[in-house]
Amino acid sequence: MNFTLKIWRQRDAKSQGAFETYKVENISADTSFLEMMDILNNNLIHEGKEPVAFDHDCREGICGMCSMHINGHAHGPSQAVTTCQMYMRKFKDGSTITIEPWRSAAFPVIRDLVVDRSAYDKILQAGGFISVRTNSVPDGNAIPIPKADADESMDAAACVGCGACAATCKNGSAMLFVAARVSSLAKLPQGKVEGARRAKSMVAKMDELGFGNCTNTGACQAQCPKQVSIAHIARLNREFLAAKLQD
Amino acid sequence: MSCFLTNSSVGKKLVMSISGCFLVLFILFHMSMNLTMLFSWQGYNAICEFLGANWYALAGTALLAAGVLVHFVYAFILTIDNYRARGKQRYAVTVQEKGVSWASKNMLVLGVIVILGLGLHLVHFWSKMQLVEIMGAHASVVGGLDVPATNGAALMMVTFSKWYNVVLYLVWFAALWFHLTHGVWSMFQTAGFANDTWYPRLKCGANIVATLIFLGFAVVAVYCYFTSTPQLIEEMLTYVG
Repeated sequence: MNFTLKIWRQRDAKSQGAFETYKVENISADTSFLEMMDILNNNLIHEGKEPVAFDHDCREGICGMCSMHINGHAHGPSQAVTTCQMYMRKFKDGSTITIEPWRSAAFPVIRDLVVDRSAYDKILQAGGFISVRTNSVPDGNAIPIPKADADESMDAAACVGCGACAATCKNGSAMLFVAARVSSLAKLPQGKVEGARRAKSMVAKMDELGFGNCTNTGACQAQCPKQVSIAHIARLNREFLAAKLQD
Repeated sequence: MSCFLTNSSVGKKLVMSISGCFLVLFILFHMSMNLTMLFSWQGYNAICEFLGANWYALAGTALLAAGVLVHFVYAFILTIDNYRARGKQRYAVTVQEKGVSWASKNMLVLGVIVILGLGLHLVHFWSKMQLVEIMGAHASVVGGLDVPATNGAALMMVTFSKWYNVVLYLVWFAALWFHLTHGVWSMFQTAGFANDTWYPRLKCGANIVATLIFLGFAVVAVYCYFTSTPQLIEEMLTYVG
């Protein structure tokens, strides 16, 4: 397969970026999107040009490092997968693919397609944890948890923190990410203890870092590679409002 | 004053949700009142007389104006926040995501149309009814006719005898329909009363409420356009209840 790639190139956070067009040829349909990017970069290096910088790590959809806004979709047009798990057979042979970095004020571009997502780390550090002693492994059945609660908690915990939600949201809101973190812990007895404090401090940090306000469009869940539901946002709202009303 | 209703994103949205809910309840009341016109214009005028410049009607009007103001001001504050959060650099390629309604992405524009329609509506009706009474007068001149402040039925007939007023109001109601299809279910989500089981129910309910409101208002405007005759208006103006 052959493709024309329109890729955003930007030297560093301060420079003005622009699209550049490249051609890749003889790409197998079973090549993953990131492998196709590797092939492009190989070609660029052979031509003595600067390769395209992009984030990646595990390449199996669990680390949340890969990003890229492809043809108007965060993580490309495939449903429920990250960029690394998408294959070139998803695209039409001979087509033009536009690749952009995440666009959100809280995710500034570092270089080309790489953005600074440390804002999500800061939100996590504000309360996305439970305080427990960390030595011997606890007994798995010491605290019984209903199956439905455990399932819902796991659905929220599927979030890999890639940033697709804030990158997709027209308001640059990080609510789906924060909600997934708050919700996955709120459904478990271990997380309930610090529930009120967690909801308040994570929302406060999210606001402080300049993320926008959720307007319930649902665009985030449509683009989320882990299909995290906005029902978790409703739970975050509940947790936060209940915590504030108790103050 | 530092309060979560003014300094946190979720708190500010709760204000939008509650003020929006209040406005929807008012609109439902206003619509039911208007529907009286279909059965008895004398009955409609009796309601108008009851809701003149009395203390309870004035207090209600003030509360309502405050509700509109809060909803409007917060909408702008939130939208400016969101515009900043989106950043200066925008995507070159965008798509309409699956399951995302057009209305949900255009609430501010729809809201502005609704507010403009409200302005027109206040000029057409409120300024010739309650305002006239507040100013101490009892009637105003509309289309060359002396219309008493409590004669809402005649005022409606005169206003909607003009086709362009009917069209303007229908556009207004349509904008309100779009606004409510997102707003009504969204207020439950913001307040935290929603989950995956309830989304289809809430969204269906929102469509029903929005459609009821659209039809309830539209049918009265259209009814007035088709039944309005100089004789009927004359009869309404000379009627002593």
